[in-house]
Amino acid sequence: MAKKTDKQGLAEAAELVKNTVVDAVLEAKEKAEEVVKEAVKAVKGEATKIDAKIPEGPLAEKWSNYKAHQKLVNPANKRRLDVIVVGTGLAGASAAASLAEMGFNVLNFCIQDSPRRAHSIAAQGGINAAKNYQNDGDSVYRLFYDTIKGGDYRAREANVYRLAEVSNNIIDQCVAQGVPFAREYGGLLDNRSFGGAQVSRTFYAKGQTGQQLLLGAYSALSRQIGKGKVKMYSRYEMLDVVVIDGRARGIIARNLVTGRVERFFAHAVVVGTGGYGNAFFLSTNAMASNGSAAMQMYRKGAYFANPCYAQIHPTCIPVHGAFQSKLTLMSESLRNDGRIWVPKKLEDAKKLQAGTLKGRDIPEEDRDYYLERRYPAFGNLVPRDVASRAAKERCDAGYGVNSTGLAVFLDFSDAIKRLGKDVVEAKYGNLFQMYEKIVDENPYEDPMMIFPAIHYTMGGIWVDYELQTSVKGLFCIGEANFSDHGANRLGASALMQGLADGYFVLPYTIQNYLADQISVPRMSTDLPEFAEAEKAVQDKIDKLMAIQGKRSVDSIHRELGLVMWDFVGMGRTKEGLETALTKIKAIKKEFWSNVFIPGKADDLNNELEKALRLSDFIEIGELMARDALMREESCGGHFREEYQTPEGEALRQDDKFSFASCWKYTGDDQEPELLKEELNYEFVKRQTRNYKS
Amino acid sequence: MEKAINITLKVWRQAGPKAKGGFETYKLNNISTDSSFLEMLDVLNEQLVSERKEPIAFDHDCREGICGMCSLYINGHPHGPDAAVTTCQLHMRKFKDGDTITVEPWRSNAFPVIKDLMVDRGAYDKIIQAGGFVSVNTGGVPDANAIPIPKKDADEAMDAASCIGCGACAAACKNGSAMLFVSAKVSQLALLPQGRVEAAARAKAMVAKMDELGFGNCTNTGACAAECPKSVSLSNIARLNREFLCAKFKD
Repeated sequence: MAKKTDKQGLAEAAELVKNTVVDAVLEAKEKAEEVVKEAVKAVKGEATKIDAKIPEGPLAEKWSNYKAHQKLVNPANKRRLDVIVVGTGLAGASAAASLAEMGFNVLNFCIQDSPRRAHSIAAQGGINAAKNYQNDGDSVYRLFYDTIKGGDYRAREANVYRLAEVSNNIIDQCVAQGVPFAREYGGLLDNRSFGGAQVSRTFYAKGQTGQQLLLGAYSALSRQIGKGKVKMYSRYEMLDVVVIDGRARGIIARNLVTGRVERFFAHAVVVGTGGYGNAFFLSTNAMASNGSAAMQMYRKGAYFANPCYAQIHPTCIPVHGAFQSKLTLMSESLRNDGRIWVPKKLEDAKKLQAGTLKGRDIPEEDRDYYLERRYPAFGNLVPRDVASRAAKERCDAGYGVNSTGLAVFLDFSDAIKRLGKDVVEAKYGNLFQMYEKIVDENPYEDPMMIFPAIHYTMGGIWVDYELQTSVKGLFCIGEANFSDHGANRLGASALMQGLADGYFVLPYTIQNYLADQISVPRMSTDLPEFAEAEKAVQDKIDKLMAIQGKRSVDSIHRELGLVMWDFVGMGRTKEGLETALTKIKAIKKEFWSNVFIPGKADDLNNELEKALRLSDFIEIGELMARDALMREESCGGHFREEYQTPEGEALRQDDKFSFASCWKYTGDDQEPELLKEELNYEFVKRQTRNYKS
Repeated sequence: MEKAINITLKVWRQAGPKAKGGFETYKLNNISTDSSFLEMLDVLNEQLVSERKEPIAFDHDCREGICGMCSLYINGHPHGPDAAVTTCQLHMRKFKDGDTITVEPWRSNAFPVIKDLMVDRGAYDKIIQAGGFVSVNTGGVPDANAIPIPKKDADEAMDAASCIGCGACAAACKNGSAMLFVSAKVSQLALLPQGRVEAAARAKAMVAKMDELGFGNCTNTGACAAECPKSVSLSNIARLNREFLCAKFKD
């Protein structure tokens, strides 16, 4: 028995040892696995850590240091390198022209019939530069500071400083091209004031500054097309970016006339396709402005940064009917001389809404110049986000001045008294004419009626200091990137940024990349990566054409726009944004099951073009709502109603949200991953924006 | 004040560049007089799509009268009956209840029809490529205030530069001449010291390209300036002639 017991004991002991060992091994294995997991996470974390590649040194020396040490490409090698530039707006045209002048071979694409028609052309008011020609205390630092402050401390310091630095070169360049800027009688350049600044630093060409600057860039581009250095592809739309071994090597584009889907190779791809404001259906953007190129880059690995930062411009002609196709901007420059008001008395507002009283008949003492009242230091020239919210506040309180109750007055009667009608006409004539044609009222006699509308998107594709996205060899410039305006853009700064990127920044920084590509031969577009990308595009087109549902593209787009305006517009809340996400999902389902596209895919087909763009606007709308929901603070154009000061001003949460949110695509119908680029303010002290004193 | 009107549209439909085109008639009811002409066409296209027909192809983009993309020939006038506006800024209040409105594409040899109301205006780009620029590269230019320019010259250059390249001038001209377009660019740059340097070469190159592309000659009928949505003045053509003759004389 004892023996047996001993034996048993031994066996038991053996079992115990075995179990202990197994346990230990298992535990060790588990531990090891955990360590590996941690290590992988750490490595991954390292890989997805956002590095903006900001050069070392004092703020004012960073750009000079960068240029002094970057790699360059010699003239003989430039001839062997191809660059694709998508878009011919201020950023695209200036980049394409400059790169071609330097000797690169450029392939330039635009969706319009001519590169001269990109939507930069519609910019009215002007372009900022730190020339200090007015001797009113302007400087590179002040332009930098105003831009950072205007952006509510959500932009990258080094980029903004560089922007201010090159701003002066832009004016010189444009004058040399023959841009007819407004001049004083002495023959020197004239300036006007814009919102968010206490100096006059805005250069202008009547109310058509964007047109003149774009035609300047277009003329430089045309010169290079004539020389054969730029191959121009008009009426072509980019439908995907081709990535080979982690580098952008070309695009897939559709010939909009023949419907043919084609492949194009280049050593680097530059995208300057503007903003995505048309997600709102009604905006001041052109009808064909779209965010599809940005979404194509996003799906190929480029981060989409701060999608929720959209600018709502305070002075647009109000919505007037269900048939309306777009909104028209009245330039911010009008706020130099126009005064914004609503009636003091609610009963006057009621009469205005009923159409029984005219604005001009309300006596001076019964008018509430609410911007001058609330912001004595900046008055009618507060930044756009502030002016827009103040208009909404008055209209929400019932003081709106038109039949829908969604309008305020912009009044020139004081300016006409002070300066005379002729002077006002010389300054703003074309804007007044535009207003009269649309509204059928004479703004010299009756005050203009205006209301905020979606105008510009500060968010966009994330880029580092070199304007390179998180995909190597893929660059993004102008409004399409997220870089310089933070959470709100100041007036006359979009033209500045577009041209800065295209003329003076990208032509330098892209060489730092291309210098390593000189031994890369031109690749065949027969490579499998090109074939796959083209097939994916063709499949998407076939899928859309096959739906054959009952709804037109526009009817679904309108529905999306209403959801965006109601829940992702001027005032956002947690509940509203959650509602938006639900509704957008439903719209997406409706679109992919019930849209109807007539005609053929291999032909000119406007409805198909619109459908492809709408499919991306739906995704952008979702991304905007998601970003706005995540950002539990108010800053610049992003106003979360839960976060406001007792006076109703935006309340930032610097301890939690001092970062650029970078969304990484993880797959269709999957939640994107949020990465953060921390914004370190080394040179400017963050403050609550104050435009009162 | 806003009201609604009923109209009949006769619209040119053409499937492709080589296809035979013809007019189609459409009835549209209850069109708001506050809507723009293009918004009215949007309504018609929505109606066509709901009938599962192909919508009318027409060019348009900014809808603010500045991009120059829209291009319709309405009741015999480029950009329609209203003065100094593009089609996108023409409003339905300019029409009466019961009107029949004829809509055609630009009719000009140099602007072939692509589809329906869309035409190819690439010829205008080619003229600019031939010389409508100042030959300066990016960088290395003098300070913007280094050369004072008389305000009068700058203003005149601005007026010429307001051309939007829509093609209405050539479409309006019985000879299909592009002189107003060419002269606007030649004038703008000839008036400014920056463009003066190449003025003679520019005038010759742009006129030669215009002739080569099949545009007709100018017989000073003035239809171009009368129909120009940006009121570009005929005096620019006089200036072009002067620049061109002086240049040829020097040869």
